[in-house]
Amino acid sequence: MPITSAKHSIATPVSLSQRLVIAVGASLVGMCLVYFAGFSHIEAVHNAAHDTRHSAAFPCH
Amino acid sequence: MITRIARTAGFSGLLAALLLTLLQSFWISPLILEAETFESPAPAGQHEHDDSAVAAHEHSAEAWAPEDGWQRVLATTGGNLVVAVGFALMLAALYSLREPNRVATGALWGLAGFAVFCLAPTLGLPAELPGTAAANLGQRQTWWIGTAAATAVGLGLIVFAQHWLLKVVGVLLLALPHVIGAPQPSVHESLAPEALATQFKIASWLTNAAFWIALGLLSAWLFRRSRQA
Repeated sequence: MPITSAKHSIATPVSLSQRLVIAVGASLVGMCLVYFAGFSHIEAVHNAAHDTRHSAAFPCH
Repeated sequence: MITRIARTAGFSGLLAALLLTLLQSFWISPLILEAETFESPAPAGQHEHDDSAVAAHEHSAEAWAPEDGWQRVLATTGGNLVVAVGFALMLAALYSLREPNRVATGALWGLAGFAVFCLAPTLGLPAELPGTAAANLGQRQTWWIGTAAATAVGLGLIVFAQHWLLKVVGVLLLALPHVIGAPQPSVHESLAPEALATQFKIASWLTNAAFWIALGLLSAWLFRRSRQA
């Protein structure tokens, strides 16, 4: 019996609300990364990612 | 689920960023470097463009900047990597809600990403070479982000909404940013010749399209592959 329930818990799909939270969280982390490299006003970050920004057609300067 | 998203985003972002760096090194960077030769400052004390509308490079002396050569390539690779993993995280998050049933579906997601983050914004704010006059940076960034968001929601509604009215709303959302219009400079000016600017726009479009399709395919493949993990 314990074995079946253990097996069960592995196979149990994550609930929809949990999946939504994870998906929204992952998207937000992704957006922060893109914002940091592509839109940040910190001078050194701008200089480092300068060619990335121009290439990706992010507003630069 | 979190591991699956992170693994998918990490590896597909890494591979797509390497592809992007390769394409940039051969096509984009030479154009940027050529454009920068037009904006290299005049001999000391003779800054002709000091009060013109041309957005010359305003790199302050204190801020670190990579030196041309390997340092700059490395910095660009790092920038590409951060951006690519960021985009890949968004794709993987969407896959976790709506798993692609074939790897090829990833190409469609990639194309959608290209439309949202490159095509739609560049319709109003084309890819620019260094030394091109442009409106206020903050305003352009706001318009860019608004356009990407409206295009993303609009495309989502057109593709996934059941009701025709929602699809119409989607179309309207696609058009809205372009009706409002991107912030434009008072005078259109560029230090680099127009032929170079046109070449850069085309290079940027094709490079980004290749990057997005690769990112879509790689992420869909890796996401499906790690199902058992």
